[in-house]
Amino acid sequence: MKLLLKIWRQNGPQDKGKMVDYNVDGIEGDMSFLEMMDVLNSQLIEKGDEPVIFDHDCREGICGSCSMFINGEAHGPGRNVTTCQLHMRSFKDGETIFIEPWRAEAFPVIKDLMVDRSAFDRIIQAGGYVSVNTSGNTQDANSLPIPKEDADLAFDAATCIGCGACVATCKNASAMLFTSAKISQLSLLPQGQVEAKERVINMVNQMDLEGFGNCTNTGACEVECPKGISLDNIARMNREYLSATAKGKK
Amino acid sequence: MANQGLLGSTIARKFAMALSALFLIVFLLQHMSINMLSVFSADTFNEVSHFMGTFWLVQYVMQPILIFGVLLHFILGFILEYKNWSSRKVKYANYKGSANASWMSRNMIYTGAVILLFLGLHFYDFWIPEIAHKFVEGKDSFIENGVADSGYRFYHELRHKFDGDIVRMILYVVSFIFLGLHLNHGFESAFQSMGARSKKYTPIIKKLGTAYSILIPLGFIVIAVYHYVTQL
Ligand code: HEM
Ligand code: SF4
Ligand code: FES
Repeated sequence: MKLLLKIWRQNGPQDKGKMVDYNVDGIEGDMSFLEMMDVLNSQLIEKGDEPVIFDHDCREGICGSCSMFINGEAHGPGRNVTTCQLHMRSFKDGETIFIEPWRAEAFPVIKDLMVDRSAFDRIIQAGGYVSVNTSGNTQDANSLPIPKEDADLAFDAATCIGCGACVATCKNASAMLFTSAKISQLSLLPQGQVEAKERVINMVNQMDLEGFGNCTNTGACEVECPKGISLDNIARMNREYLSATAKGKK
Repeated sequence: MANQGLLGSTIARKFAMALSALFLIVFLLQHMSINMLSVFSADTFNEVSHFMGTFWLVQYVMQPILIFGVLLHFILGFILEYKNWSSRKVKYANYKGSANASWMSRNMIYTGAVILLFLGLHFYDFWIPEIAHKFVEGKDSFIENGVADSGYRFYHELRHKFDGDIVRMILYVVSFIFLGLHLNHGFESAFQSMGARSKKYTPIIKKLGTAYSILIPLGFIVIAVYHYVTQL
């Protein structure tokens, strides 16, 4: 199939950038969206033009790097998929496709479709860890019984791949879904209790410092999240944050 | 890292918004119920209005809380909107908001702003005259000489405002529709902001929110239309 692509091109962080039109031909339905981008890029390289820069790594929906805002939605029209898992059969022959980078002040554009998501790393550094003794005295897992429901909820939260689709899609560029998943995966487990109160305060503070917006509970993040991270996590984070603040934790 | 203080963090501000909004929600239920009395009985409406206007708990405790709540709610609302707007300065060329969130949830600031404008009109219509009457002129609640027979003036004043004034009636009805849209998202949103969410109760809260956001504005609309139509 033939497509008209409208792609954001930006030479570097300081460049103003603009949407540029490209025509591609010979695209098959079984190609992934990233393979379609590869076809475009080989055309560009053959012509001696700069290829479109975009992040990608695993191409199987686990690394979270393939950030693209496609036709007005994070990772395009599919549900519970990343861009690398989106196939061209989701589009019609002759269709016009808008491809833009994640847009948020906290995710500055590096080049073209590639953005800097290190704000997420700093949120995790602020408290997304547990202090365990790794000096060779590892405890037997069975000595810490954990209810199945809690283990499942913690696991669900832990499936967040840090892709940033939640921020990209949120009309407020809020990072509440990501932050709440990274807090919940620890606070639901006994190992996460020691730092639980400091963790929620520090991670939320860092989230605010990075310049993400305020949550208004539109629920867009949950719909667009490739891993189906639930809004339950945001409610849990709100509870934990409010109770830690009320108890005067610094 | 230091705590950000009472209203410093995004979550604390949303909590304050939600708390003030829940107070407003309770207030609206009460307000609509009392006004509805005016459709059925002028006397009962007058009696209850007089009671509300003179009872110390309502006048000197609830009313200041209410005013504080409204101010807090919309000031925080504007701060929130400004922060959110500045969190994405470069906008998308193509953004499909309707693909994943309701219109109501995406336009809270606009529906809220309409309510704020309406509050201006509403205060001008009823609250300022009431306060002037009571505290500035120091009069009691009876109708002034020459206007009507004896009895409290509340019913008369309500009727008077809608007497032949189709513009006012329409402004009220349109504002109530926007109120309904604001509450349709706001009701459940307030619970989520406070962290009140569970598999068991959240579906009930959502249903309650839908019912509330339809019935309360509808009640107000019925009252406004009734007093307009019955005076034609
Ligand atoms: C009697 C009038 C009002 C009621 C009952 C009401 C109710 C609510 C409720 C329940 C929420 C959700 C709270 C939360 O999630 O934290 C909310 C949010 C909001 N309200 Fe109001 N509101 C009223 C007036 C206003 C006014 C006058 C404005 C002025 C601009 C406003 C602006 C907002 C904004 C911006 C939000 C945040 C959006 C969101 O959380 O989804 N509201 N309101
Ligand atoms: S919560 Fe979902 S959308 Fe957000 S970063 Fe994690 S996986 Fe991506
Ligand atoms: S490239 Fe790893 S998730 Fe898409």
